[in-house]
Amino acid sequence: MTELAVILISTILVNNFVLVQFLGLCPFMGVSNKLETAIGMGGATTFVLTLASICSYLVNTYLLEPFALTYLKTISFILVIAVVVQFAKMFIEKTSPLLYRVLGVFLPLITTNCAVLGVALQNTAKARSFFESSLFGFGAALGFSLVLILFSAMRERISVADVPEPFQGAAIGMITAGLMSLAFMGFAGLV
Amino acid sequence: MIDFLLHNPVLTALIVLGSLALLFGAILGFAAVRFKVEGDPIVEQLDALLPQTQCGQCGHPGCRPYAEGIANGEAINKCPPGGQNTINAIADLLDIEAPSLDEEHGEEADTKTVAFIREDECIGCTKCIQACPVDAILGAAKQMHTVIAAECTG
Repeated sequence: MTELAVILISTILVNNFVLVQFLGLCPFMGVSNKLETAIGMGGATTFVLTLASICSYLVNTYLLEPFALTYLKTISFILVIAVVVQFAKMFIEKTSPLLYRVLGVFLPLITTNCAVLGVALQNTAKARSFFESSLFGFGAALGFSLVLILFSAMRERISVADVPEPFQGAAIGMITAGLMSLAFMGFAGLV
Repeated sequence: MIDFLLHNPVLTALIVLGSLALLFGAILGFAAVRFKVEGDPIVEQLDALLPQTQCGQCGHPGCRPYAEGIANGEAINKCPPGGQNTINAIADLLDIEAPSLDEEHGEEADTKTVAFIREDECIGCTKCIQACPVDAILGAAKQMHTVIAAECTG
């Protein structure tokens, strides 16, 4: 039980994938202009990350390791992730055309989100059980969504604040992200 | 067989990746059929909001082509019969800012205009019923027709 709590706290706060490990920065900066978009993107990434980490664990344990093919990890995980993203895209297009239109190109770009591949690869580095790996993926997604939502809320307020002209737009966004990252690194000794 | 595979690593790699790709291809093919989207649902929703006067003031030959234009990124403030209410509803649907009506395409009439049947001259030919895009005329062949003012969009 504590093992599971440790995994969750570690992936959401201590080793947050965006602010501490610096993975998945592209959608982080690209989709965080509005709060609703960020929530939608967080949901989509959670769906993809959890499903992809489960599938990559299964592929690794039952296909790659028995046949001594672990050097094919990267390519098979990318294959798995691409398929899961395509599936998620079709699902979202059917259930919420507005969200599909709003996310636009960032939905297929979840395939190239290094956080997703990072989670899949990190799962294989440590010997984890099936449940632990899925929880790891889910926790990573929760951490990503948390940070995305916080950042987009901040960006909405910054966009109406009095920012000096050289700093407007992406520049003040990057500075804010850096400060948030400093804050999250303060969780370092927690577990 | 496991022994054979372990002694031929290249063949094994090819078989494993190939079968993985086939399996995922099958899953995606199934999903493509299951989650098929007919037409563009956004266009349907937009068309439902437009007033259906088919007047052409927006520059398109009807309300449906304008809905398709909006789906492709056109400005949403080109419809005078719809007025500011329609612009606000469309902005709400698409989650964007609501601009004010573009005066270039015509002004929103301050007084609500309705069609009116000249009862002395009505012979009950039913031609106006066929012409009305919002089905606001009540009448039968050779009987007096009338306009239902609440339904009429002018």
